[in-house]
Amino acid sequence: LLQPAVSVGNVGQLAIDLVISTLDMTKVGYFYTDCLVPMVGNNPYATAEENSTELSINAEVYSLPSKKLVVLQIRSPFIKNKYRPFCEALLSWVKGSRCARVVVLSSSHAYQRDDEQLLGTPLRYLLTPDLEKAVGGLMQELNWKEMEKVAAYPGISDTDKVLHIPGGGITKLLFTESCSKGLQMAVLLKFCSEGDNIPDAFVLVNYLNEWLQLVKSEVSASNNSTDCSSQWKIPSSWRLLFGNGLPPALF
Amino acid sequence: AFLSSFILDSVCWEVVGVVKLWNEWCRTSSTTSVLPTDSFCLFYRLISDPTVLLCQCSCYVAEDQQFQWLEKVFGSMQKEGLQVTILSTCPVADYKTQESTLTLASPFLKALKTKEFQEQVCCPLLEQPNIVRDLPAAVLSYCQVWQIPAVLYQCYTDVIKLDTVTIEAFKPLLSSEVLKSLVKDASESTKMLKKFLTATESHNNIYI
Repeated sequence: LLQPAVSVGNVGQLAIDLVISTLDMTKVGYFYTDCLVPMVGNNPYATAEENSTELSINAEVYSLPSKKLVVLQIRSPFIKNKYRPFCEALLSWVKGSRCARVVVLSSSHAYQRDDEQLLGTPLRYLLTPDLEKAVGGLMQELNWKEMEKVAAYPGISDTDKVLHIPGGGITKLLFTESCSKGLQMAVLLKFCSEGDNIPDAFVLVNYLNEWLQLVKSEVSASNNSTDCSSQWKIPSSWRLLFGNGLPPALF
Repeated sequence: AFLSSFILDSVCWEVVGVVKLWNEWCRTSSTTSVLPTDSFCLFYRLISDPTVLLCQCSCYVAEDQQFQWLEKVFGSMQKEGLQVTILSTCPVADYKTQESTLTLASPFLKALKTKEFQEQVCCPLLEQPNIVRDLPAAVLSYCQVWQIPAVLYQCYTDVIKLDTVTIEAFKPLLSSEVLKSLVKDASESTKMLKKFLTATESHNNIYI
């Protein structure tokens, strides 16, 4: 199961949009809950007149059997005090449907990084102990960086280290709950800030692809680096993210 | 206001219910009457055909109450053969389009429908990337998930106060299957429209 956390810049959700859109996944159901703000709209992944009239709601499930992939997309924020019931409902669904493992795409405030985190890659991962046993080695091979724990009381050096994901929404709750329930969960996150988060989404989804290999990554011959942004399909609903056209009278 | 002018009247419809929200603010404090008609969310039933219900909701239903509102309302209704029509308005500034909203001919009507809704809609469908929120979205989500045919007509308008032009933008609905048989005669409608107009006009005068 692949899902986003509603987090800073909505990067997780944007990345999921890219996955659903590129892999042309089929909608298989709804996650009908009273924990998310209601919203509706027509099919955000429409590619033509014919498929543009299907109604979409705030939390939907898509699947791609060939890759044994199920994706949950969340499109609206949590209603006050409802994020805990949502996590419970989600995790009990994961357990009940015998999902093998869960990957959460998320993000965290870039401004909360410490000096060391400012250098190097802005991408981090987390694995629950049960998943660590299975894929820990692979993470080492990919040279990925695990999310650092920070001091519970910054400034005081000898306090306990805790996991802190500012701006990550329910990421930390989902992760800690999965650890205690013995679920196999991975969290992939990127440090970023609010703004045009489309590039962040591409970076995050390429990070995911290094592990899950959902699409073929092309190696650009000219500069010998992986230029991966071209194989992801941008959904039609990403149009006009920053407002309408300008009135001609303005000029 | 559209419904009040063109469909509702005291002869054919009776008040059958009310939904009260926990933080609703009422102008009067009278709690003695069983069906207080100064509530903001009223249900009317057509006397000649009790299967037709009309809901007038003139208060804002907050997001943490929308689900409960739905459960209460739809919970007591038979879902077989149920069809829902929702009318709502929204500022045209919220409408996302390639050109500027200043050049659009507002008010205009857009529709969204659930999978089960097979009838003709009276206006174009709402294009991506536009979305609908609040109670209309909650009702439509419910209907989509539980496979109830439903249609939402959203009117994008550039006027904040109640006005006849926006009300009349809903006129195409009068010829739809659902509302065709329920329309009042024209003279009644014009009288109601005039009443609405005069009620708001007094507030527009700043020189008193």
